[in-house]
Amino acid sequence: MSEEKTVAAPFPGVFYRRPDPESPPFVNVGDVVEAGTVVGLIEVMKMFQEIQAGASGHVTAVLVENEQAVDAGQTLLTVE
Amino acid sequence: MALEILRPGLMTTVQDEGRTQGYALGMPPSGAMDRFSYHVANALVGNPSGAAVLECTYLGPEIGFSQATTFAVTGADLPVHLNGKEIQPWASHRAEAGDVLGFGFLRSGARAYIAVAGGIDVEPVMGSRSTYTLCGMGGFQGRALRAGDLLPVGADATGTPGRSLPAALVPDFAGPAELRVVVGLASYRVTPDSLAAFFETEWQVTPDANRVGYRYRGGLVEWVPRTQPRGAGSDPANVVDIGYPIGSIQIPGGTEPIALLNDAVTGGGYATIGTIISSDIQVAGQTKTGDVTRFCPVSIDAALGARQEARARLAKAREAIEARS
Repeated sequence: MSEEKTVAAPFPGVFYRRPDPESPPFVNVGDVVEAGTVVGLIEVMKMFQEIQAGASGHVTAVLVENEQAVDAGQTLLTVE
Repeated sequence: MALEILRPGLMTTVQDEGRTQGYALGMPPSGAMDRFSYHVANALVGNPSGAAVLECTYLGPEIGFSQATTFAVTGADLPVHLNGKEIQPWASHRAEAGDVLGFGFLRSGARAYIAVAGGIDVEPVMGSRSTYTLCGMGGFQGRALRAGDLLPVGADATGTPGRSLPAALVPDFAGPAELRVVVGLASYRVTPDSLAAFFETEWQVTPDANRVGYRYRGGLVEWVPRTQPRGAGSDPANVVDIGYPIGSIQIPGGTEPIALLNDAVTGGGYATIGTIISSDIQVAGQTKTGDVTRFCPVSIDAALGARQEARARLAKAREAIEARS
């Protein structure tokens, strides 16, 4: 069993799981990510910032919905 | 001497005390949103008052130093790293050539200030180095910083490392903010009950909150019915054009109040129901998306008193910094 890691929101805003409404989510549970893989976007101040995974592993849970408001430090997803 | 922007953060701009000489012409002043943190950052590194610093919103940049210098970080509570090792905020530090300044995730507040000995030495425009991004003027090429930018720093300033602000004088940005407001100029457009309710409401900062203005959610206001006068728009929130002071609050549509801040338009046709007092603009500027804000009505005399208190607090901070160096 490898260590569980989390990806947190670096700042507050609105979380988007997909790059645009027609596209599939950046990641789903079970997907393999590496450090630097884009897992979502956070919109604040009319700007979108890519949120990247900090470590590699499988996505075990996505804890926020698409277009949900998130606070700074809030866990977005877990990786194992 | 230069600062190399390795990562820009979300919204990092050059700011100083603001472009006040153009205000009478309708030019927004821009300038540091949190004046206390801005002035303390300069005092810590030994810069003269008015030197330009970097203002970073929500997400800190990563910056390389081309030469040895002195720097300080104040404002929002986010971990400050020098070469990956956490260092004290609200204190001046020596950086060697090749050192890298970085940041962890935001804990509270919204804006951090990075002062470097000698100040950010961009060309002043209309008497100020502040960036006004909407018009693309001032600061570094009139815009927020990008990776690869090389920022000039004033020469021949070594600064004074080892200074710090006593913990008791460091502002606490956590928890709900209370912003004092002088009611007017067009508060007559709102029903008395609705105006009273405005000051009872817990408003939440929306994601639409930047240097131009902060939009809040949490209630609605009722307008006094009237036939709109000639020259006013058809929305009941419209009036015949008036000046918008910095901090003025308007409510287009009646649902989401907008507080106009340092980069905002200085006049227009929305009823302004109150104005955040000058000494609380910096409090607003340290609230972030999702934070709770209450507005509290005060008299002009109370507002002027608060301005004197803010000046006294800054003077006390400067004295304490001098005494500890």
